[in-house]
Amino acid sequence: MGTFTGSFKGFGVTFAHMFRKVITTDYPFSPPKPAPRYHGRHILNRHPDGLEKCIGCELCAWACPADAIYVEGGDNTDEQRFSPGERYAKIYQINYARCIFCGLCIEACPTRSLTMSNEYELARDSRQDLIFTKKELLAPLLPGMEQPPHPMRLGETDKDYYLGALTNPGTSVGAERAPWAASATHDASEPEEHAARPETAGTVRREGAA
Amino acid sequence: MTDVSKRVDTVKLVIDGVEVTAEKGELVIRVAERMGIAIPRFCDHPLLAPAGACRQCLVEVEGQRKPVASCTQTVAEGMVVKTQLSSPVAAKAQAGVMELLLINHPLDCPTCDKGGECPLQNQAMSTGRADSRFVEEKREYQKPIHISSQVLLDRERCVLCQRCTRFSEEIAGDKFIDLMDRSSGEQINVYRDDFFGGDGTGDGEVGDGAGDVPFNSYFSGNTIQICPVGALTGEQYRFRARPFDLVSTPSACEHCASGCSQRTDHRRGKVLRRLAGDDPAVNEEWNCDKGRWGFRYATATDRIMTPLVRDAATGELREAAWSEALLIAAEGLKAARERGVGVLPGGRLTVEDAYAYAKFTRTVLGSNDIDFRARPVRATGSSTAITEEADFLAANVAGGTGVTYEDVENAPSVLIVGLEPEEEAPILFLRLRKGHRRGNLKITAVSSYLSRGLEKLGAALVAAVPGDEAHLLGTDPAVAAALSAPGSLLIVGERLATVPGGLSAAAALADRSGARLAWVPRRAGDRGAIDAGCLPNLLPGGRPVTDPAARAELSLAWKVEPGVLPGTAGRDVDRIIAAAADGTLGALLVGGVDPADLTDPRLAEEALDAVPFLVSLEMRQSAVTRRADVVLPIAPAVEKAGTYMDWESRLRSFGAVLKSTAMTDGRVLEAIAALLDVTLNTGDVMAIRRELGALPGSTAPNPAQPAAEAARPAQPAGDEAVLATWHQLIDLGSLLDGDQVLAGTARPPVARIGKDLAESLGVGDGDLVTVSTVRGTVTLPAAITDLPPRVVWLPTNSPGSTVRRSLGVTAGAVVKLSAGVPGPILAEGAVQ
Ligand code: SF4
Ligand code: SF4
Ligand code: SF4
Ligand code: SF4
Ligand code: FES
Repeated sequence: MGTFTGSFKGFGVTFAHMFRKVITTDYPFSPPKPAPRYHGRHILNRHPDGLEKCIGCELCAWACPADAIYVEGGDNTDEQRFSPGERYAKIYQINYARCIFCGLCIEACPTRSLTMSNEYELARDSRQDLIFTKKELLAPLLPGMEQPPHPMRLGETDKDYYLGALTNPGTSVGAERAPWAASATHDASEPEEHAARPETAGTVRREGAA
Repeated sequence: MTDVSKRVDTVKLVIDGVEVTAEKGELVIRVAERMGIAIPRFCDHPLLAPAGACRQCLVEVEGQRKPVASCTQTVAEGMVVKTQLSSPVAAKAQAGVMELLLINHPLDCPTCDKGGECPLQNQAMSTGRADSRFVEEKREYQKPIHISSQVLLDRERCVLCQRCTRFSEEIAGDKFIDLMDRSSGEQINVYRDDFFGGDGTGDGEVGDGAGDVPFNSYFSGNTIQICPVGALTGEQYRFRARPFDLVSTPSACEHCASGCSQRTDHRRGKVLRRLAGDDPAVNEEWNCDKGRWGFRYATATDRIMTPLVRDAATGELREAAWSEALLIAAEGLKAARERGVGVLPGGRLTVEDAYAYAKFTRTVLGSNDIDFRARPVRATGSSTAITEEADFLAANVAGGTGVTYEDVENAPSVLIVGLEPEEEAPILFLRLRKGHRRGNLKITAVSSYLSRGLEKLGAALVAAVPGDEAHLLGTDPAVAAALSAPGSLLIVGERLATVPGGLSAAAALADRSGARLAWVPRRAGDRGAIDAGCLPNLLPGGRPVTDPAARAELSLAWKVEPGVLPGTAGRDVDRIIAAAADGTLGALLVGGVDPADLTDPRLAEEALDAVPFLVSLEMRQSAVTRRADVVLPIAPAVEKAGTYMDWESRLRSFGAVLKSTAMTDGRVLEAIAALLDVTLNTGDVMAIRRELGALPGSTAPNPAQPAAEAARPAQPAGDEAVLATWHQLIDLGSLLDGDQVLAGTARPPVARIGKDLAESLGVGDGDLVTVSTVRGTVTLPAAITDLPPRVVWLPTNSPGSTVRRSLGVTAGAVVKLSAGVPGPILAEGAVQ
């Protein structure tokens, strides 16, 4: 008797779920949309002329509680200029085997060079590949941007870059969403469009491995 | 410690409500510091005279109308001081000063090298406001300007504390930088044209540099270290790292015999900078630029990482496994033992490694043919039978002279012979200068001219033609007068060995006058090598090889048969080279020796070519490794632990900075010895230290002082002159390879001639003069200097002036002089 009502109750739970909203995601065919301020992979932003915003100051590395960031500074010269001012990051690495996505580095960055994207597909099959360098972290060149090294195009000195900071958003606007996820985030300011999903570093590897 | 009984006048005062006793004349800021009260400050530095330049240290003193600067205020009986901790007035005053200092300070922290260890950052946090009320434009200067090839000045960041200028003027005596301009344009700068009515605009902007006097002080790095902001930075470390990602290790400088303690900072297996360590007994808080910046040699691309052996088939060096290379070395040395093996360990070894060489030579090779001296040890052309220097070292230096830096500072009078302190022992120079500045130290120098370094010491010159020093030490009344006061010191440099009778005369003079004698070599390992037994006449511990009792002591300690240790003095460096060149020796075992440093580089290279078997323990490719049969790589100073002995005989121990698999000389020698069935026990620094500590003190009587005849200088005739020469601090030495920015601060090489020679040659300042011997020529611009008649001075090993290699002679030799560049026949050779 008890057994019968018991199993009826159990099936009842299962049955009731058939009428609830499905939470299974169809990953990887339609990746879920993280919140707009989701802490994903970092981006090193650029000024509108393509120069790097990062000045190699290591403050992000200092702030990081997980010791995930490694920076080595270098001298900008007139012939080899990567950022406005005197200093740039010759080496910039974030180790995603260590990063806990706390975002303290973003708060520490004095130039707003370092921000976070929504990209969360960061699994790799080797520790070495989890260390992202400038190659992976730098924001893509948008139209009008020029691959550094090149001279300062937006002014005479680095001050012109910083004093005009308000009208100088660099790529932060677009790049804060993962390239493929521009349409996938809940961002009302963006027109919805369902373009084909572009490749990310992660998808490239996965498909290559298959 | 010793003067506990010395009565000092004391006063009682109250600081922050706590009564405290202080020495009369003490500064309030020091007393507060002793009590654990930190008063913010910028200009105050314990080793510099008080200046009161920054006003950050204001405190309230009861009865004073306004807050006073605690770094200039001396204590007084009954004084009541209130610091920022107990007085709102003091706190407000300090906050006000901080706000003023920050008005013009740029927002450079993220790119500034000082960020993270910056007193201004720290004190702005502790004493400053959280927000700025300043909305106007900040003062702007051209961003960093090179005030020397090594030092950069960012005037926007400067808080005008004058630590740098006070250091340069008071401590180093190099007044190359100063406050310039007035009011809000006041700035630190080097002397530039425009400040002296030149073609500049007077705005302090950098001109074309033509009239600039660069900040080429040998001690310029110290200003970077004591600058309380990031206004002075070094080219070499600029933007390389942040203090928080550096690992700091205490270390000892491997460059000279001054024995500076240092701090070596590294990151990811790479040394990024070195700072002066704080050792009040030795270098106080200073070091020289060579010690600070000369560390790139260890990462040079020609570093040898694997053993090399000469391939029998091709005759070329090829890489080999350690086991193979060690075996070849051991077998080669064993085969050569009969004919004799000469050992030249070089003067850059730690005491431990030097001891390993000494023990290896005695127990494995059964010989006394070992000499650490990689330099001329006697006058050019004099008989190699003369062992004056070795005898002098055995009698007067081995075991210690007892003279210390403190003695130098407090002596009434010092006589310097055969030594140019600023070039050859910079920290000794600073101590001499400290004594001189205090006004109680009289300095007399026997030298060929009054160099700038000697001028800065206020030295009286006893002018000597090179070669005449021995005679002067014996007879000159000024020399005798210089040592007449009790407690006087006689400081001789290693160069005196090239004056026949020089060291004998110095020892005799010390005996006669009662002055204490100190010997100052040039390299960091020289002093230690003597006591470690790297001389042909000395066993470890200063034991004479000829003393049977001393040999017996050592045989017992080393557990070897009594007959193993040979009882006659071996060959010294010149005789080892000669014996190798004429085919007498069966093999050479060479450490860090550059043949170009030896008396006759050409003969030395012939010897290296001629010797049947050559083993080289080296770090980098060199003239020796190129000729060697087996090359065994050894560790640079940063990758090993060890001990240097400075000129005072003080031990300067240090640990390894970088972890590496590179082996010390001692470990390599131990491995060779093991293949020859001898247990050397020198593989581990601690084991060597234990062994050295357990060696019984030498009971042998002190050997007799040398008594060589004082020679008179050579007599030049016609177009000849006598050569005077010594090394510049920053020159072509192999430990400075790869430091271009440092080389840029070297003294420009010149040939110094007196008025007489200038007239007879018809040259003026800056005209080219050629100095020649049968061997070759050196051509340099002339600098007319107050030299004795018929004396020409050349830097020993500077760009364009490699005296030993080009001329094949050393100080005291007769050379030919001519104006202009050499004639066509010589010129052809000189172009190469
Ligand atoms: S998000 Fe946090 S853990 Fe990750 S790099 Fe930044 S500071 Fe480090
Ligand atoms: S990302 Fe920002 S904080 Fe990090 S080094 Fe670059 S500028 Fe500095
Ligand atoms: S000197 Fe100090 S306060 Fe000034 S920019 Fe450098 S780190 Fe910042
Ligand atoms: S450069 Fe540095 S040490 Fe010199 S006055 Fe300016 S702040 Fe002081
Ligand atoms: S520290 Fe006292 S005035 Fe500068």
